[in-house]
Amino acid sequence: MPGKLFEVRWHGRAGQGAKSASQMLAEAALDMGKYIQAFPEYGAERTGAPMKAFNRISDEPILIHSSVEKPDLVVVIDDTLLGNPDIIAGTDENTIMVVNTVRDSTWVRQKSGFKGRICVVKATDIALEELGRGTPNTVMLGAIARVTGIIELKYVEEKIRDMFLKKFGEEIVKKNIRALHRGYEEVRCDA
Amino acid sequence: MPAKQALTGAEAIAYAMKQINPDVVAAYPITPQTPVVEYFAKYVADGVVDTEMIPVESEHSAMSACVGAAAAGARAFTATAAVGLALMHEIVYIAASLRLPIVMAVANRALSGPINIHCDHSDAMAERDSGWIQLWAENVQEAYDFTVMAYRIGEHPDVRLPVMINFDGFIISHGVEVLETLDDDVVKSFVGKPIKMYSLLDTEHPVTYGPLDLYDYYFEHKRQQIEAMKHVPKVFKQVAEEFEKISGRKYDLVEEYMTDDAEYIMIALGSTAGTIKHTIKELRAEGKKVGLVKPWVFRPFPKFELQRILNGRKGVIVLDRSASFGAEAPLYEAVKSALYEVAVRPQLGSYVYGLGGRDITPAHIRQAFEDAFKGYLIADEERYLGLRE
Repeated sequence: MPGKLFEVRWHGRAGQGAKSASQMLAEAALDMGKYIQAFPEYGAERTGAPMKAFNRISDEPILIHSSVEKPDLVVVIDDTLLGNPDIIAGTDENTIMVVNTVRDSTWVRQKSGFKGRICVVKATDIALEELGRGTPNTVMLGAIARVTGIIELKYVEEKIRDMFLKKFGEEIVKKNIRALHRGYEEVRCDA
Repeated sequence: MPAKQALTGAEAIAYAMKQINPDVVAAYPITPQTPVVEYFAKYVADGVVDTEMIPVESEHSAMSACVGAAAAGARAFTATAAVGLALMHEIVYIAASLRLPIVMAVANRALSGPINIHCDHSDAMAERDSGWIQLWAENVQEAYDFTVMAYRIGEHPDVRLPVMINFDGFIISHGVEVLETLDDDVVKSFVGKPIKMYSLLDTEHPVTYGPLDLYDYYFEHKRQQIEAMKHVPKVFKQVAEEFEKISGRKYDLVEEYMTDDAEYIMIALGSTAGTIKHTIKELRAEGKKVGLVKPWVFRPFPKFELQRILNGRKGVIVLDRSASFGAEAPLYEAVKSALYEVAVRPQLGSYVYGLGGRDITPAHIRQAFEDAFKGYLIADEERYLGLRE
């Protein structure tokens, strides 16, 4: 049998950074010794249009190149997408969903019809407070680390350092690491 | 030390080209260009390569500039996709006819119309008779490895032909996977200095490129091209053997995956071969004797290898990601023709899939294998996977 795959589907709007977040997740998992894939779905590219990105993570080399049909984890960067039927496609009660929203999981369930476990985090608010910009990626990675255990914070911290230190300096690195930790601490799951 | 990196196929090829440090890269910088030249342009801007980068006004001009550079004895590279390759078509033939060892990466994508930007093999198949060597990568690693190997194959004195590295558009070109890179100096010494022949800049020995060549000599020149292609398998194997020594990765004209005892064999090019391997592992766990043959080299076509491997099998299923309107799909046609002379011909089935980026899943692959298990393959019938009808 092929090795067990952990599959992730990201939902966001073009320009919100879901693609970069999926790449960062993959790179952190690679540093942990895992095999990874990260790939976006390309449609008509225009800022604000709904878009998807995907990850596969495994202990064994990943051979499959088809789209992710039954994700283990669904990440929703923008809660205005929750009414879109694509959000729950291929999910069941074993799927986990992490949503960037200021609302609670009851609202998310009502809006999406999702059957699995729902986790919410005010990622945009946290990003605004910590970074001064509403870019929720690092907060979401913190939440994902907490909820799934698929990545460990220290590896994401290293990635943040790699990506931001040269370009933006130590202060931005520290702010992003704080945002990451707040995502980890402040994500709330039902049941 | 080989290092593991998370890179897209486009980044991987650009990285290999950085290590190779070619003399000239000419490319059309706007869509349908791949990100390969965008990443490479950054290396040029950062001064980590000393390549002459020529942004041109069309793909036709990109290949023309590569032809000029290669005729002067330079190592030339370009990348394109889809309709960009189609616009290049005229000069693609000229590059091969002038026996210029240019290397070109092609992110395989659909030809218009209707307009579609996604993975499809129609672009490369339209160039299959152009006289280029065609290598087909399954994943990011193979895209990198073939780029490192390409000049050694094309520049070999017995070959002197351009090399096209095919890697699936978006799936591989924009997909991030684990890539094991070689050290710069290892790549540098493996690729070596360009083997120059008949350089235009060698004024002591003047030559003419591309003159009028009518019924007096054109035919003889074509015959030489045909002969040059025949030398490719031997040279490819030599280069692959040397590459294995520096990388530990083994290449041949075709890859065989779980074929030893396989009763049913599927054949496909590119990234779908990975999805087939994944499905084969599932089917093997159910006790099915199935395997895969993946041509790494499609031109020249590995006829003898396929005859050896496929002779006597129960069923052979060929998957094509392009159609040939009014005839059989290109990979299927070639496999079928190769099997004409084998002692025990297998049942044969043709499946066209994934046109314009339509997803191909393990369920589709399983469906084709199920047809084979039931003995329901019909050699003269073309079937479709993942199509609404």
